[in-house]
Amino acid sequence: MSTHASTRPVRWPRRLVRGLFILIAVSFLALFLLLPLAIVFIEAFREGVSAYFATIKQGDALSAIRLTLLVAAIAVPLNLVFGVAAAWAMARFEFHGKALLGAFIDLPFSISPVISGLVYVLLFGAQGWFGPWLDAHGVKIIFAVPGLVLATVFITLPFVARELIPLMQSQGSEEEEAARVLGANGWQMFFRVTVPNIRWALLYGVLLCNARAMGEFGAVSVVSGHIRGLTTTMPLEVEMRYNEYDYVGAFAVASLLALLALLTLLVKTLLEWRYGGEIAAHAPGGH
Amino acid sequence: MTLELSHLSRRFTDFAALDDVSLTIDPGEFVALLGPSGSGKTTLLRILAGLDYSDSGSVRQDDRDFLATSARQRKIGLVFQHYALFRHLTVFENIAFGLRVRSRRLRPPRAEVKARVQSLLKRVQLEDFGSRFPSQLSGGQRQRVALARALAVEPDLLLLDEPFGALDAQVRVTLRRWLRELHEELGLTTVFVTHDQEEALELADRIVVMNRGRIEQVGTPEMIYQQPATPFVCEFIGKVNRLVMNRDQGHLAVGNWILDEDPWHSRYGQALAFVRPEHLALSVAPPLSGWSARLRHIYLAGSVAHIDLYVASLDQTLEADVASEDLSRLGLHAGMELYVVPRAATLFPQIRDGTTINQDRWNWRAASTTPT
Repeated sequence: MSTHASTRPVRWPRRLVRGLFILIAVSFLALFLLLPLAIVFIEAFREGVSAYFATIKQGDALSAIRLTLLVAAIAVPLNLVFGVAAAWAMARFEFHGKALLGAFIDLPFSISPVISGLVYVLLFGAQGWFGPWLDAHGVKIIFAVPGLVLATVFITLPFVARELIPLMQSQGSEEEEAARVLGANGWQMFFRVTVPNIRWALLYGVLLCNARAMGEFGAVSVVSGHIRGLTTTMPLEVEMRYNEYDYVGAFAVASLLALLALLTLLVKTLLEWRYGGEIAAHAPGGH
Repeated sequence: MTLELSHLSRRFTDFAALDDVSLTIDPGEFVALLGPSGSGKTTLLRILAGLDYSDSGSVRQDDRDFLATSARQRKIGLVFQHYALFRHLTVFENIAFGLRVRSRRLRPPRAEVKARVQSLLKRVQLEDFGSRFPSQLSGGQRQRVALARALAVEPDLLLLDEPFGALDAQVRVTLRRWLRELHEELGLTTVFVTHDQEEALELADRIVVMNRGRIEQVGTPEMIYQQPATPFVCEFIGKVNRLVMNRDQGHLAVGNWILDEDPWHSRYGQALAFVRPEHLALSVAPPLSGWSARLRHIYLAGSVAHIDLYVASLDQTLEADVASEDLSRLGLHAGMELYVVPRAATLFPQIRDGTTINQDRWNWRAASTTPT
């Protein structure tokens, strides 16, 4: 009774505090997220719809889109395979250096993308360790598509693995053992038991991985060389157009990237809503 | 199919999970591996299932090297402690799994798979549950699905890991009886792991008591209970009072309880005596040999009452069981003084450093016990 009475006078301030916090959060979000997003589209359509589509068709925008899709199409499947293998190793086995492997998987998150790009230049560039040898054999990595793919694979490496590890650890290996004893071979066990159990988390990880693969700027910028129509991905194309005072063109390409991001967000939200329990997004190890 | 396990050992990094284990399992037998956690019973089961391996030793199935065959070829049904049902498959598909993954040559036709699953569903009394998912079932139902899934591959050997561990008490008892009936019906060689002695005593034809990776005793439930082979078995199976006996003027004694006989002919100076609660006789009049005690508590547990007795001369609390109906007949109540004497005990002689000589154990029975 007495506690009830004593909570009364604090009720108003408490409600006020709550309102204040919500206000802060929402205005912060509006200022730093919604406003820039709106501006991207406003600027892109500043000179009308026809100018928008004209500038997208114009110049090297199409080749930038193609290149971005190509890089993502190579990097994402590679990291899908790596992610599943790494998660399997981390969740199912005890081995020396397991903690180290975990740290390595997180490395791309903790290193500045520019530095990871630079490392590739130092390794494969003209003056780099393997540069002369590669040059002699006619292989071009830096300032070419392979470099873009390498940098993107590195940057997006953690997404799938980090999504799967906590889930697979919590699910344990009993179902897989049951499948083995029931006579399933390794592939049957993997495709009939393991994959169905991780499918939503896997899809979720792939989505995040893909979003980052298409949007990566820093590392890709270092290894690209900015050769128009050849090594320019969409984020780089945006920057180049902007530097050339082609604001409508820059924002038009940017709006395409933003659309991709929004689409990813939509699918991700749908997945979370539908299969929240099976996705490790809320686990401490997730993102 | 006779399984002959000989000298199996398995070491993990810091301890021996199995230490030179030998055991023969006869066809159609219902065997319990009983022991506390860390006793190696689950490791033994996993080795038989092909999910773990032994560092040394062998398992022969008739004249075949059992361990050399893969888990898939062993024709084993395994029921996991937490069932390990495939959560993304229906009950029907869970049971059909073992048939569906067979190679085309061995896979029964679709209609036969269906018929077999249906008959298994019927057997485990879940006919209407085929289209449910495991998450929609109760613990007892999941357990039965797990069993049906294991039986679907028509195994030669059924292995169960703590089959009733995760169920509540009432379901546990029902399922236990049901499993026993099923075993009698199918006659399938069955090995189950448990830490619950009551479960082992009730279900098994033969109990293998394990401790620290070794087998302490193998025998029928009666043998294990009545003639425990080691102090560990005494203390692990059922309740028991533990008494340290010393030689006093040529007789082994503890306090006023003095034994006239001595099968060891004075070879040992001391012994450990284990007395079950139901083997302590209570009387109001002083007996020839025995202790005076104060009755501390009466715990009525249905047909039996557990009684705590404090024996001042030993500074030890003993537990005695009497039939509930005898409480009023003997006029028992807390705080009263009475006399207590063992009617039966298992004695293990000890050498000077306290090691018990288990092969020289002695099942002592009082000469003039009135039958109860």
